[in-house]
Amino acid sequence: MSGKVVTITSGKGGVGKTTTTANLGVALASLGDKVVCIDSDIGLRNLDVVLGLENRIVYDLVDAVEGRCRVSQAMIRDKRIETLYLIPAAQTRDKNAVSPSDMIKLCNTLREEMDWILIDSPAGIERGFRNAIAPADEVLVVTNPEISAVRDADRIIGLVEAEERGPAKLVINRLKSSMVKRGDMLSAEDVVELLAIPLIGIVPEDENVIVSTNQGQPVALEAKSLAGRSFNNIAKRLKGEDVPWLDLNEKDGIFNRLGRIISGGG
Amino acid sequence: MASFLERLTGKKTSSADQAKERLSLVLIHDRTDLSPENLQSLKDRLIEVISDYVKIDTRQTEIEIKTDGREQTLIANIPLIRPRSRG
Ligand SMILES: Nc1ncnc2c1ncn2[C@@H]1O[C@H](COP(=O)(O)OP(=O)(O)O)[C@@H](O)[C@H]1O
Ligand SMILES: [Mg+2]
Repeated sequence: MSGKVVTITSGKGGVGKTTTTANLGVALASLGDKVVCIDSDIGLRNLDVVLGLENRIVYDLVDAVEGRCRVSQAMIRDKRIETLYLIPAAQTRDKNAVSPSDMIKLCNTLREEMDWILIDSPAGIERGFRNAIAPADEVLVVTNPEISAVRDADRIIGLVEAEERGPAKLVINRLKSSMVKRGDMLSAEDVVELLAIPLIGIVPEDENVIVSTNQGQPVALEAKSLAGRSFNNIAKRLKGEDVPWLDLNEKDGIFNRLGRIISGGG
Repeated sequence: MASFLERLTGKKTSSADQAKERLSLVLIHDRTDLSPENLQSLKDRLIEVISDYVKIDTRQTEIEIKTDGREQTLIANIPLIRPRSRG
């Protein structure tokens, strides 16, 4: 087996990298693929709580890289989906505990067992970012439809190109279609035109993301919410499927929902 | 402050249009590492150098950075003035 390494990154912090990584992990594993999510944000561990696996950590990424445990011992197996694993970040070390070549070596080991290795990257353009993209076969850049997030995304896209890991693919997260309609938020088309890279997903602003994160149950576990369905669609696109775009009108009244059920859309 | 689009069309532009317009300019400067001031001085010096060799119509001169995807190109459109026939 030769798994694919996908790094999820961004320029600005807080745009939804960890949320995207957790949900793509859940979505790909739900489709039956073997997936390991790696939290490479050393010192700022987060993916464990978003996935709801924080109580089961014994070893972490740095332990695996420094040989204090076998790689398989650092992989926490999810109890909801058998084919989903997490390698958590070290909480008490700094970014320099891991090098880009450590990450390449680790991923080469993981490729033999897994279909997908998803790396949650720290924000910014420093060592942590370089660690995260060094082993990448594909890079997803997450942004929000907002001026500073788009500007910082452009910087990162340029760096991904310079590191010969491009062209990156774009995930637009937290889109509010009502604001777009009013002309008060950049539309997905605007963002794609400005950044000029292929779009792989649009995820709406959705309160279910926050509720599900509170519970440690990523939205993609259920196909009910719009955000959950959006993440499931991105997973299918990663697998090469041609998935139609969702209608993201968040005024998801009963009639819209009925309409969708009747027409089998979504 | 009236945006470029507003002045052009006389219509009030939406905040999203303003964001897009401002972003498209700032991305050009970020990508080329060329500040607005440096771009202006580049234009001035270009015109100066060319004027040393030929007469140009400075009112019709257009020098700008065009974006195509993620690539930037410096485009100069500089009409030359036909010299008066010497008698
Ligand atoms: N589509 C969304 N709708 C609503 N809230 C979201 C959405 N995506 C992310 N969030 C929230 O935004 C915050 C930042 O997300 P996170 O994934 O931690 O960003 P990052 O990893 O890029 O710093 C979190 O509180 C998360 O729950
Ligand atoms: Mg994060």
